[in-house]
Amino acid sequence: MSKPILSVRDLRVAFGNKKAPVEALHGVSLDIWPGETVAIVGESGSGKSTTASAIINLLPGSGRITGGSVWFDDVDVSSLSRAEIESLRGKGIGFVPQDPMASLNPVWSVGFQVAEAVKANGVATTKKEVRERTIQVLRDAGLSDAEQRLKQFPHQFSGGMKQRALIAMALAANPKLLIADEPTSALDVTVQRVILDFLSSMTRETQTAVLLITHDLGLAAERAERVIVMYRGEIVEAGPSLEILQNPIHPYTKRLVAAAPSLASRRIESAVVEGRSAVDAGATVSESVPAHAAEVVPAIEIRDLTKVYPIRSGVFSSVDFTAVDHASFVVPRGTTMALVGESGSGKSTIAKLILKLEAPTSGSIQINGADTTNDLGSRDALRLRRLMQPVFQDPYGSLDPLRSIESIVSEPLVVHQVGDHKSRHDRVSELLDQVSLGRGIAHRYPNELSGGQRQRVAIARALALKPEIIVLDEAVSALDVLVQDQVLRLLTELQTELGLTYLFITHDLAVVRVAADHVSVMEKGKIVESGTVDEIFANPSQEYTRKLLDAIPGANLLA
Amino acid sequence: MIRYILRRLLQVIPVLLGTTFLIYYMVFAMPGDPLLTLFGDKTPNPALLEQLRAQYHLDQPFIVQYLLYLGGALRGDFGTSYSGQAVSEILARTFPVTLRLAVIAVVLELVLAVVIGLVSGLRKGKFFDNINLIISLVLLSVPIFVLAFLAQYFIGIKLGWARPTVSGSAPWSELLLPGIVLALSLYATSMRLTRASVITTMNQDFVRTAYSKGLPRRRVIPVHVLRNSLIPTITNVGTDFGVLMVGATVTEGIFNVPGVGNAVFQAIRHSQGPTVVSFVTVMVLIYVFVNLGVDLLYALLDPRIRYE
Amino acid sequence: MSDYLTRNDHFVAPDADHSIGEVDAVAVSDKVSNLWLDTWRDIRKRVLFWVSAVVVLLIVIVALFPGLFTQVNPTKCVLDFSNAGPAVGHPFGYDKQGCDVFSRVIHGTNASLSVGLLTVLISTVVGVTFGALGGFYGKWIDAVLSRVGDIFFSIPYILAAVVIMSVFSQYRNVLMVAVAIGGFAWPGVARVLRSEILRVKNADFVTASTALGRSRVKTLFLHVLPNSIAPLIVLTTLSLGGAIVAEATLSFLGVGLPGTTMSWGNDISAAQSDIRTNPMTLIYPSMALTITVLAFIMLGEVLRDALDPQARAAR
Repeated sequence: MSKPILSVRDLRVAFGNKKAPVEALHGVSLDIWPGETVAIVGESGSGKSTTASAIINLLPGSGRITGGSVWFDDVDVSSLSRAEIESLRGKGIGFVPQDPMASLNPVWSVGFQVAEAVKANGVATTKKEVRERTIQVLRDAGLSDAEQRLKQFPHQFSGGMKQRALIAMALAANPKLLIADEPTSALDVTVQRVILDFLSSMTRETQTAVLLITHDLGLAAERAERVIVMYRGEIVEAGPSLEILQNPIHPYTKRLVAAAPSLASRRIESAVVEGRSAVDAGATVSESVPAHAAEVVPAIEIRDLTKVYPIRSGVFSSVDFTAVDHASFVVPRGTTMALVGESGSGKSTIAKLILKLEAPTSGSIQINGADTTNDLGSRDALRLRRLMQPVFQDPYGSLDPLRSIESIVSEPLVVHQVGDHKSRHDRVSELLDQVSLGRGIAHRYPNELSGGQRQRVAIARALALKPEIIVLDEAVSALDVLVQDQVLRLLTELQTELGLTYLFITHDLAVVRVAADHVSVMEKGKIVESGTVDEIFANPSQEYTRKLLDAIPGANLLA
Repeated sequence: MIRYILRRLLQVIPVLLGTTFLIYYMVFAMPGDPLLTLFGDKTPNPALLEQLRAQYHLDQPFIVQYLLYLGGALRGDFGTSYSGQAVSEILARTFPVTLRLAVIAVVLELVLAVVIGLVSGLRKGKFFDNINLIISLVLLSVPIFVLAFLAQYFIGIKLGWARPTVSGSAPWSELLLPGIVLALSLYATSMRLTRASVITTMNQDFVRTAYSKGLPRRRVIPVHVLRNSLIPTITNVGTDFGVLMVGATVTEGIFNVPGVGNAVFQAIRHSQGPTVVSFVTVMVLIYVFVNLGVDLLYALLDPRIRYE
Repeated sequence: MSDYLTRNDHFVAPDADHSIGEVDAVAVSDKVSNLWLDTWRDIRKRVLFWVSAVVVLLIVIVALFPGLFTQVNPTKCVLDFSNAGPAVGHPFGYDKQGCDVFSRVIHGTNASLSVGLLTVLISTVVGVTFGALGGFYGKWIDAVLSRVGDIFFSIPYILAAVVIMSVFSQYRNVLMVAVAIGGFAWPGVARVLRSEILRVKNADFVTASTALGRSRVKTLFLHVLPNSIAPLIVLTTLSLGGAIVAEATLSFLGVGLPGTTMSWGNDISAAQSDIRTNPMTLIYPSMALTITVLAFIMLGEVLRDALDPQARAAR
């Protein structure tokens, strides 16, 4: 077999100043042969992106290579001069960045930026040739109307189109190796699949080797021949994709495989299933709502819910934008309903309407059988708040950074005047126990905690008033796989223990599979499909649902 | 773009009405009878006073006076100065001088701010950057009249490199010294703005993209870093231009530059309240329009607004 | 790992190398940390902070107790000493009137600092009210308040102060000067606070507070404002310097404090005509003014660096 195109040997990278460097990579070695696709998988902080940046010598901030070597085409990249490495980038190694929204310069047209790549790598020289080649690469990248789009600016492109343009740039000079750093994590799920398919077919045609960086084990295994698992700046396991998936050996990889929602095929079961109360048992039977609706009052019921926002279009005029369009669903008590959709589908708006953070344009909302659609009196409003609490997506934004954990968790008790100082303190301790956080953190501040810990604090706060319903708005989307798995398990346990009803808003169908009983799929403000998770996953009736399901990476690998 | 311009133009109307109203109201609320000041120590005859009162519409309610004044302003009539000259005439004479001075100052400011800000931003934390930051702090702290006096004393009087005061015709060469003083006093803010946005831009993903597609540093810096960093700097320099256009009152006064600012300076020094107010009204109008121009310039520089 | 695996080998790192910790645990240091504590820890390590803080403190003491620094009566001027040079007990010499320059600089501190503090107080109170209400409540309240702010913003505050002081020429005192400057300097404060509140009010912790049943007003005061004031503190410190300069400029133009009040601006203005003969009478009060402003600006810079994580990264 031929020689590897890229050989990384004992690569070390450090950040920070010279006096107190912090090593981020502790000796990473890997090889990539011509034409193959290799994936590096890891959680945030694993060093996967640092490895990618170090290969092309574009480490951010104070980062620098402190040891080891990077051999590309028999040249040690880390010893090259600046001019030499500049000529290697683009021509030898192409790079597709993570966030297409921020990766194109907003003040230059897309055509200009692609032409720059064409010119800089000597693919074409004369003005006419450059223009032709620019149009050509953009066409190849799937922008069929490339000629008309040359003069457009990045903000006139959708996310997927931007990523296509970036791929066009990276491949403009036919590099031998393409590094793709989380190329689709900022895109909607259905777009992700299209972009990845396109990336595979492009590189297969040109026999370009690909180094794919991703946090998603399923995606890595599906797209790459070989998978490298990284943990805290080191490689813990590497080998052929399927083998890693089916036969993980290192304990970390085992945990990763077990936790990956895209690979799981069933709902997380709570350890205490038997302990369900009579009400909950009733709810689990009532899967075929509305037949049983008369008997058991559902926790949440919305009918023809509609929300219209006026969008400014001219100086004085505005057009209506229908964010939620006649949406109806029922969430039986003690169960989890997942509301799934891509960005802009209106799923978060429904959450806000149910939480009474915004007022609906028309339709009705019933919580525990009581109509809450219209303005409530202040006493009824407070009672509703007690009954229903939210947990939000961003673990960094959902806790007031200037307050201690104790003050955050006890705030609901203070607002609703529950207990005295002493009893509140006890309740906070109890809640922190419940979400498996030590009592010791009560006097800490949010910035001292990790993302997962913060999300637990947010859950503790939501539980403080002993609510019956919790609205989880993308509550686990920002978390790493293992942490996400833990939080989902915690939620399931709490549900069984306390008989909670969850409305679970998410864009990630893979998470739905492991965390929900019922699912409603939203597209452009409308609910296009509803049913139990098993039904929908087995027999999606809508084209859109099928597309979403297909977009779960690696779903069929272990079947 | 059209929509942006339209919206911006519409926003100017309440600002124009509001500012003129505000200034006019202050004059109206001025204690004492404005007419009596005309006569100084002499006691005028009541009939004449009545006649003048009617002539200047002082017998009308405030809002009518304001509307009459506004109507006059729209026709270019801003009243008469203490020396009996029409304010509009004084403006026509002094404005070109102020404009030339402003151009000198702004061009110097822009060049210095962009060059030094860029170098400093690219060499963040190095010796040059640190020294530069300290100098800029000192420049920010020195009041303009102190700077002007220092320049006048050392360069004009001690060294004799330039005339300490500007002569009546205000040739370009004599405007250079006050121009430099103004540029120095404004430079620090613009330089820091350039430096900060160079540093921010350098860390942007699109700069990384530019490097990753194989562009050399000598192209990335001007095309991707500087071009983007210029937007806030140019906007700030534009606002400074607005401030200078309405007259660098203090600097023009000290160097005796025969510009708008000096006219106001003299009026203030001679305690001619109403004249000061007439000037200020015109200045505010100019300021508002220069700022409108700056906003449009901003739109031109940023395609996200241009193609809204 | 010198002998690297061939293409299809299955590599597993020795387990002993990797203690796999609690999944979402984070090493919590023994020191409690939050924004204000972190800022203090950051700031107390800086030379620039101590230098500017000491100078500011000194200026405050000079302003409050000028008698500690000079026994010479600044208003007892002897024409015999007109423009005389430094002498024992009179380190800065005399001005044209024969007054002791050092004593005048010391006694002038009070006026400058008073105007500065009062001005900042006025512009902050008005600016915070406008910015907070507009930013938090949005809609028509914001539209109205922002337009009013635009109007005041469209008149450069020095020009506005000149007009006010020319109009109310018989009420020249510290309070009037502060009102004249602060009355038009507040839109800057309002704009900064408004944009900061717009950023904070969409944070999830604010939504969470509303979802708990907190009233809007309480949410504003308990969660939004405390998280929005950091840039305001910086701005306030920086504009204190600006206000002192503004007062000196007005006094210099002859529309600020009355000539009988001792202030640096008045002294600079008076010394202007003697620039050729006795430039030092001009330079000493100018230096006092510059050093004071520099101290406040440096303090503001240090605070900005410490309070703003972006500035920290950009340093």
